[in-house]
Amino acid sequence: MAGSHLQRGLFGLAVTGAYGLVLAPVLAVIVISVFAQEIVSFPPEGVTLAWYANAWERREFARGFVTSLQVALAATAIGVPLGTAAALALARARLGGLRGALNTLLLGPLAVPGVVAGTALYLFYVRAEFWVDDDIKGTMAGLVAAHALLTIPWTVRLVSASLQGLDAAVEEAAANLGARPLTVFRRVTLPMLRPGVVAACLFSFIQSFENLELTLLLVGPGRTTLPVAMLNYLEFRVDPTLAAVATVQILLVGALMLITDRFVSLSRVV
Amino acid sequence: MGTLTLDALSRRYGATTAVERVDLDVAEGELVALLGPSGCGKTTTLRMVAGFIPPSGGRVLIAGQDVTRTPPHGRNTGMVFQSYALFPHMTVGQNVAFGLEMRKIGRAERETRVREALRLVRLDGMADRLPRQLSGGQQQRVALARALVVNPAVFLLDEPLSNLDAKLRAEVRFEIRALQQRLGLTTLFVTHDQEEALTMADRLVVMERGRVRQTGTAEDLYERPADAFVAGFIGRCNLLRGAPEGPGHFRAHGGALLPCLAAPAPGASVLALRPERIAVATEGEGLPARLATVTYLGAQTEYHLDLGGTPLVAIAPTPPESSRHRALAPGDAVLAHWDPAEARLLPAEPGDLPDDTP
Repeated sequence: MAGSHLQRGLFGLAVTGAYGLVLAPVLAVIVISVFAQEIVSFPPEGVTLAWYANAWERREFARGFVTSLQVALAATAIGVPLGTAAALALARARLGGLRGALNTLLLGPLAVPGVVAGTALYLFYVRAEFWVDDDIKGTMAGLVAAHALLTIPWTVRLVSASLQGLDAAVEEAAANLGARPLTVFRRVTLPMLRPGVVAACLFSFIQSFENLELTLLLVGPGRTTLPVAMLNYLEFRVDPTLAAVATVQILLVGALMLITDRFVSLSRVV
Repeated sequence: MGTLTLDALSRRYGATTAVERVDLDVAEGELVALLGPSGCGKTTTLRMVAGFIPPSGGRVLIAGQDVTRTPPHGRNTGMVFQSYALFPHMTVGQNVAFGLEMRKIGRAERETRVREALRLVRLDGMADRLPRQLSGGQQQRVALARALVVNPAVFLLDEPLSNLDAKLRAEVRFEIRALQQRLGLTTLFVTHDQEEALTMADRLVVMERGRVRQTGTAEDLYERPADAFVAGFIGRCNLLRGAPEGPGHFRAHGGALLPCLAAPAPGASVLALRPERIAVATEGEGLPARLATVTYLGAQTEYHLDLGGTPLVAIAPTPPESSRHRALAPGDAVLAHWDPAEARLLPAEPGDLPDDTP
């Protein structure tokens, strides 16, 4: 009995430690955001919300927030349907030996470091600008296209997982009752994939919203996203304004996850 | 309702043949069971009728119409799946209404027919539940209602009872049969459970490795099996290899000379004799045998006999405790007797007998 008590105690300690390690930076950011002094030091000289006010007043954060929001929504709206279609093709189409190769290719953007992918895209855009004789790099469209690329691997992963748990007989039942293939998809397949698709939307949005490395190489003047705006600010100051911005970001993502979890149980799909 | 005809229906996968030239006529209102061990092609046959698997050869006719090239949604069959395959995101009512919606039937009529269908399967008042809130038996009845509400030309059942527990299975078996007869449904039913097939079907089709071995009523198959496979698959049967020796006798490989039906089927090499048609006695007529084992099974007792090296199983109602027969024990000398007409000579293919290695 004593041994089992000890084991349980050690296990509890390990779990607490692991959570602490994961949460410490997040908590630190939130705590720092209300420190009164400009250069972070312990103990705090006081508690203030002035940094939040400062962040609000600096136009680049508000504009960056709006740009990030636009890019993330557009990238999700483009990437999730594409990724869902790709997942369906992987699961259903007669691909033979191509299946493995396609799967790897579709998950590729996850494996390539963001800076490398950003550089590659930058070079590609420079080349492509010659062909189409129009701006691509530094435009909203160029940025959205790059971010859509980020959302596809997540979508493919999440929707594929949902597809695996789908009983093909349910789709056959719909066809047997007189539904044409497109109707079967719309009325039966898609609703059954809903948890996977909703989770894909959430993760795609977050991926795009917080992306820095890829974005850094592709933003144009006046089109800074929030993470890039934060990095720019960091070059000149280190006051807790950034912590305030980051806290708002953390709360936003946390709220999104909680809301999503109310509709589909995320732990079931991820 | 209509008839269903399979005309030399075949399905090959590369070099292997899953279904080989199956011919079948299901009359209007008839229930035919496709019966066979797993992998015999019965489910493939059913799925070709529903249109989920394109045949490699042959034709499917529903109500006289050739539907071989018609996609599933145009065939007007009503299928009940083994997993029930209910739409999990729709209520019971929406599940049942789905087929009517696809047929563009107006809301008012749809609601009436859904209500009727649910009453038919005794699920009135359940229309607003979700499938996952129902028990297995109730889900199965929803699947039945959903398939029946559209008045399908042919009713298809793919092992619909295999996911129910034993007690419920007997109940639902009876219920499906009553429903099928009341509505006069032309039905094709797939099962690997012979008791299910024998109790429910008007006729049975015994399949094995893609081929039809025999088609007939339960009595046809049990009393007049076409070959050793059918004899062994339907009920229990002594199957002895050997050769006919003159009219009315069969020399078993073990050496015993056994009386049998005079006219053997061509190519007959197996004697088939049902255990309950053998009488075991201590006096009177019969072949001398030695009791190897006696197994008390309650209502019945099973005797394993040894006829000079040829094994034979006999089953008889357990004699009353006062009877001398009750005292029979291994090693006793007995007489085994049967009507020669009960011992049939049948053809057999390699693998047809349980002790054969195919």
